[in-house]
Amino acid sequence: MENKQYELNKGLAQMLKGGVIMDVTTPEQAKIAEAAGACAVMALERIPADIRAAGGVSRMSDPKMIKGIQEAVSIPVMAKCRIGHFVEAQILEAIEIDYIDESEVLSPADDVYHINKRDFKVPFVCGARDLGEALRRINEGASMIRTKGEPGTGDIVQAVRHMRKMNSEIAKLSSMREDELFEAAKVLQVPYELVRFVHDNKKLPVVNFAAGGVATPADAALMMQLGAEGVFVGSGIFKSGNPAKRANAIVKAVTNYQDAKLIAELSEDLGEAMVGINENEIKLIMEERGQ
Amino acid sequence: MKKIGVLAVQGAFIEHEKMLTDLGCSCTEIRKRSDLCSLDGLVLPGGESTVQGKLLQELELFEPLREIILSNTPVLATCAGLILLAKKLSNDPNVYFATLPVMVKRNAYGRQLGSFHCTAGFAGYRDVEMAFIRAPYIEVAEPVVEVLATVDEKIVAAKYRNQLGLSFHPELTDDTRVHEYFLSLSGS
Repeated sequence: MENKQYELNKGLAQMLKGGVIMDVTTPEQAKIAEAAGACAVMALERIPADIRAAGGVSRMSDPKMIKGIQEAVSIPVMAKCRIGHFVEAQILEAIEIDYIDESEVLSPADDVYHINKRDFKVPFVCGARDLGEALRRINEGASMIRTKGEPGTGDIVQAVRHMRKMNSEIAKLSSMREDELFEAAKVLQVPYELVRFVHDNKKLPVVNFAAGGVATPADAALMMQLGAEGVFVGSGIFKSGNPAKRANAIVKAVTNYQDAKLIAELSEDLGEAMVGINENEIKLIMEERGQ
Repeated sequence: MKKIGVLAVQGAFIEHEKMLTDLGCSCTEIRKRSDLCSLDGLVLPGGESTVQGKLLQELELFEPLREIILSNTPVLATCAGLILLAKKLSNDPNVYFATLPVMVKRNAYGRQLGSFHCTAGFAGYRDVEMAFIRAPYIEVAEPVVEVLATVDEKIVAAKYRNQLGLSFHPELTDDTRVHEYFLSLSGS
């Protein structure tokens, strides 16, 4: 992959910052999301909550369905492929998707190797639970990172745990002496250069969003205050009582994430939030997929 | 010290702030009406124009910012910012501030696979670094508009009075000359 392309791909993620990326399953939902202020949409056949309910193997969506969504909106369109399934990624690149999510929400296709994302011109976003996972994905060519959270639960606890863990590991690395970084690279199982970047800049080399379990404007603002640069909302919108209103409110809460008075107003009369499943009630732990 | 307001409702505003701070400015983020104050310049950053346009209205920033633009305060608008300033969009019925007399085509180079990097002349500077990301370009500029840069015969930078509109992202490169040019307009 040419270096300039990687810079442009990281640049697209920078343009998405301060925004909300919403899961949609139809062109109609995509239009609702765009009108509500989504900065991008994630096209998929089933939202994570339904994937959970349906069980079985979950794969890349039908390209025709993705194309329908690409035609419906003017904002960037993302789509998911299975971890390690580089042919699904090739297909998504062939239909000119704007961003590929190599996602633990789908059933992994490879239990050892992730996709060599450096081979692609199209950008990738990947989930991570900690700094090591994030830097390993970046080393493979990811140009954007998101927390894994626990998708399709409406429970924010895992996303919070992942964001806090990442932040504390970045803080720890930043405070190390330079001669300690070689050992840190060994422990994190990542190249020294990436460790060095985090040490020097006190941040990841790519944009970092929150994902997994965001259901309310307050959840979104919580993740932003914890240092997320934007938010993915999956099941939380179209599994709720009034998707357009909730989507709208989450967008505004992300922009003014420190304004409690505004978020209070935004949180009024949103109708029913998605029901949600608690951490200890779920059978399928998606966050453990792909480390 | 010049005080520059940077629209911060969504997008890549921090990159502009970083560059302007390095050039000796103080930056203030504009997220809601109460953030507005007297400014020596205004930046409309890249991001998604649909999102920014909507938030401008709903956070009641649209009218006061339009007044600032029309008051002759220097404005630097990149990518989505250019779309917000344009009088007309050729492939989208929306218009926003409509203060820059140009017609702009959104996503003019296609999807992300069409994004590119190049160098070109800009307002007398040679080989300015330009990053185009799902970028628009100016299809038609009215005669009163000064064209500052073209790439492949498409207008990618233009100036009209106090407004500077760019298709590309100088803030994502190490080249500070476009921002220096903007600051040379500030306070005049």
